[in-house]
Amino acid sequence: MAFESLDFYRIDDELSDEERMARDSVREFVDKEFLPRVVEHVRQDGSFPLELVPKMAELGLFGANLTGYGCAGMNNVAYGLIMQELERGDSGLRSFASVQGALCMYPIWSFGSDAQKQRWLPAMAKGEAIGCFGLTEPDFGSNPAGMRTRAERRGDTWILNGTKRWITNGSIADVALVWARTEDGFGGFLVEKGAPGLEAPDMKGKFSLRASITSELYLQDTPVPEANRLPGVEDMRGPLACLTQARYGIAWGAIGAAMACFDEARRYAMDRIVFDRPLASLQIPQQKLAWMATEITKAQLLALRLGRIKDEGKLHHAMVSMAKMNNVDIGLQIARTARDMLGANGILDDYASMRHMLNLETVRTYEGTHDIHSLILGQELTGFSAFS
Amino acid sequence: MKILVCVKQVPHKDARLEISSDETWIQDESIKFEINAYDTYALEEALRIKDAGEAEVVILSIGPDRAIQALRTALGMGADRAILVWDDALAGTDSLGIAKALAAVAKAEQPDLILTGLMADDTNYSLTPPMLAELTQLPHVTAVVKETQQNGDIVAERELEGGALEVVKLPRPCLLSIQTGMNDVRYASLKGIMQAKKKPLETKSLADLGLQASDVAPKVTLEKIFLPPRGKGAEIVEGSIDEIATQVVTKIKELGLL
Ligand SMILES: Cc1cc2nc3c(=O)[nH]c(=O)nc-3n(C[C@H](O)[C@H](O)[C@H](O)COP(=O)(O)OP(=O)(O)OC[C@H]3O[C@@H](n4cnc5c(N)ncnc54)[C@H](O)[C@@H]3O)c2cc1C
Repeated sequence: MAFESLDFYRIDDELSDEERMARDSVREFVDKEFLPRVVEHVRQDGSFPLELVPKMAELGLFGANLTGYGCAGMNNVAYGLIMQELERGDSGLRSFASVQGALCMYPIWSFGSDAQKQRWLPAMAKGEAIGCFGLTEPDFGSNPAGMRTRAERRGDTWILNGTKRWITNGSIADVALVWARTEDGFGGFLVEKGAPGLEAPDMKGKFSLRASITSELYLQDTPVPEANRLPGVEDMRGPLACLTQARYGIAWGAIGAAMACFDEARRYAMDRIVFDRPLASLQIPQQKLAWMATEITKAQLLALRLGRIKDEGKLHHAMVSMAKMNNVDIGLQIARTARDMLGANGILDDYASMRHMLNLETVRTYEGTHDIHSLILGQELTGFSAFS
Repeated sequence: MKILVCVKQVPHKDARLEISSDETWIQDESIKFEINAYDTYALEEALRIKDAGEAEVVILSIGPDRAIQALRTALGMGADRAILVWDDALAGTDSLGIAKALAAVAKAEQPDLILTGLMADDTNYSLTPPMLAELTQLPHVTAVVKETQQNGDIVAERELEGGALEVVKLPRPCLLSIQTGMNDVRYASLKGIMQAKKKPLETKSLADLGLQASDVAPKVTLEKIFLPPRGKGAEIVEGSIDEIATQVVTKIKELGLL
C-alpha cells in the first residue's frame, strides 16, 4: 500500500501548484525507485544506491533551490518539501542530496569564483560530479573553530595537512570542500579526487545512516592551487552559512521520516489483532497516534512558516536552530514510539520505523547537535553564550 | 507535427473512496486526484515523439478547476500547452457528450495525431476514444502497445487476448488509444515544473467551442452506484499451510474446476 501523508491541518491548501507538484514528483520517485532498494543497502554497511544518481539529477534534486547552472531555481518551501520526501525514504537519501546541494553546491554558488562555478555547478547539478563537505575532525565536532587542519600558502599553492572525520560521501567524491585554518582565519578549499596526499577510507560499523557512505579524509602535504580556494570565505561565517542551508533542509526532512513512521504505525495498529480486537481500538495506541499526529502537524507548521520567512529573506539562523532541534527531536520520538507499537515486527527491516529511528540518532547529532541548537537559541534569548 | 493528448483527471489510486449521499458518485471534495494512468502512457508516447524530432504536444482535458493541476503536471513533464474545457452542463454528461466537446477542440486544433488512454480508471467505459475518432472522422485503433512513424503513416502494435499481438498500419491524421505499460513514464522534473507555469493554459466554455448545453445533454444517465452486498457462502479454510492447500485443491476438484 502506498504511503498516505498526514495533512491534518490542510497545509496543502497553503502550497502553490509548483510546491505540491515538486513534492508529488519526488514522492513518486522515492516510492518507485528508492524504497524497493533501501533495505539491501542498509544490510551492507555504508553503501548508497549510486545507480540512482543520474535519475536524481534528471529530476533536479541537486541544488534545487539554486538558480542558474542547470539548477531548478525552486523556492525554499518547495525545496523543503523535496527534502521531506527524500527523508521519508531514508535519512541517507536526504543526506546525499543535502551534502551535494546545500553543503557543496551552495558554498561554491555563494562564495566561489566564476571559474569554480562554471567548472563544478553544472556537473554537480547533473550528478556527474559528486561533492563532500569536510568540516568535522576527530577532536572537533561541535566546536569546528578549534580545527587543527591547516593550510599554508606557498606562492600560488596551498599545502593542506590534517584529518577530517564523519565525511558523508568522502570516498566517492570528485571534489571535497575542505575547511582549514589559515594564517588569517579559515579558508574553504576545493580538493579534487586524486590530489597527492589525499586518502579517503570509509568508516564501518555504523548502526545509523547505513544507506549512506561515511568516510575519513587524510590530507598529508596535499597541494591545492590558489584557484581552488573559495575567494568569498575568510572566517567561520563561510561554513556556518552552509550549515544553515543544510539544517533548514533537515528541519523538513525529519518530518518526512516522522510521517513514514506514523503511517506505518497507524496501518499496523489497524490490522494487528490483539486480545481479539484491533490494536488501534485500544486507548494507549490511540493516545500514541494522537500524540504523533499532533507533533507532526506542529512540525509541519514550523517548517512551512520557516520556509516562507526564508523566501522573504528574513531568516535568522536561530530560527533554523529551533526547527532543526524540534523536528528531529519529535521525529526520533515518533520513530521510537512507532517501533514500539509494531512489537517484535518493529525490529525487522521489513518495516521502516526502526531504520528511521536509528537514522535519526545521526540526524540528531550532525549539523549541530540537539544540545548545541538549544545553546544557540539560549544565546539568542538571553545574550549569554553558554558554549564555553 | 501536432499531437493532441486527451487526459482525464481521476481520483488518486490511493484515495479512500466513499459513496456520496445521493448515491450517484463518490465524495470527492477532499480526496486527491491524479492523471488517469492510461493517459500518462499516451502523454509519455507523445513526449517521446517530440524528443525524437519536431512536435508540438497539446494537452486537452475536460474537467472542473481542479483539473488544472493535472494539466500543470503534464506541462511539467514537457507538454507545450494545455486546454481545459469546462461548463456546468458537462457535469452530468455521458461519453458522447465528452467526445463531442473533445471533437470540437480537435476540429479547431487540426492535430496530426490524437493520443488518448484506452479507458479511464474511474468510469471504465473505453467509449470516448472511438466516439471522438468517429466525430472527427479519423481512422483509429485501440489498445496500442507500440507505435512507430513510417513516412506519414503509423504502424501500431495492438494487444489481443491471450497475449497475442497484431500489427496494423493507418495513415495520419489518426487516433490511437494507448494501453498501460507501453513505455516508462517520466517524472515531472523540478525544472520542468518551474517552466510549466510559463506555458500557455487556456480555459474554454462550451460556448467558446460553438456548443450548447443541449448538445451535451446525456442520453445515458447515471442512476446509482453501490458496493455489491457481501456474498454468501464464503468458506473459511483453517489449518496448517499444507492442510489448507490440500483442502483448497480438493474443493476445486469437487467443483470440477481442475
Ligand atoms: C553519519 C554522520 C555523517 C556526518 N557527515 C558529516 C559531513 O558530511 N561533514 C562534516 O563535516 N561532518 C559530518 N558529520 C559530523 C557531525 O557534524 C558531528 O558529529 C557533530 O557536529 C557533533 O560533533 P561530535 O561528534 O564531535 O560531538 P561532540 O562535539 O564531541 O559532542 C558530544 C556531546 O557533547 C555535547 N556538547 C558539545 N559541546 C557542548 C557544549 N558546549 N555544551 C553542552 N554540550 C555540548 C553534544 O551536544 C553531544 O551531546 C557527520 C556525522 C555523522 C554521525
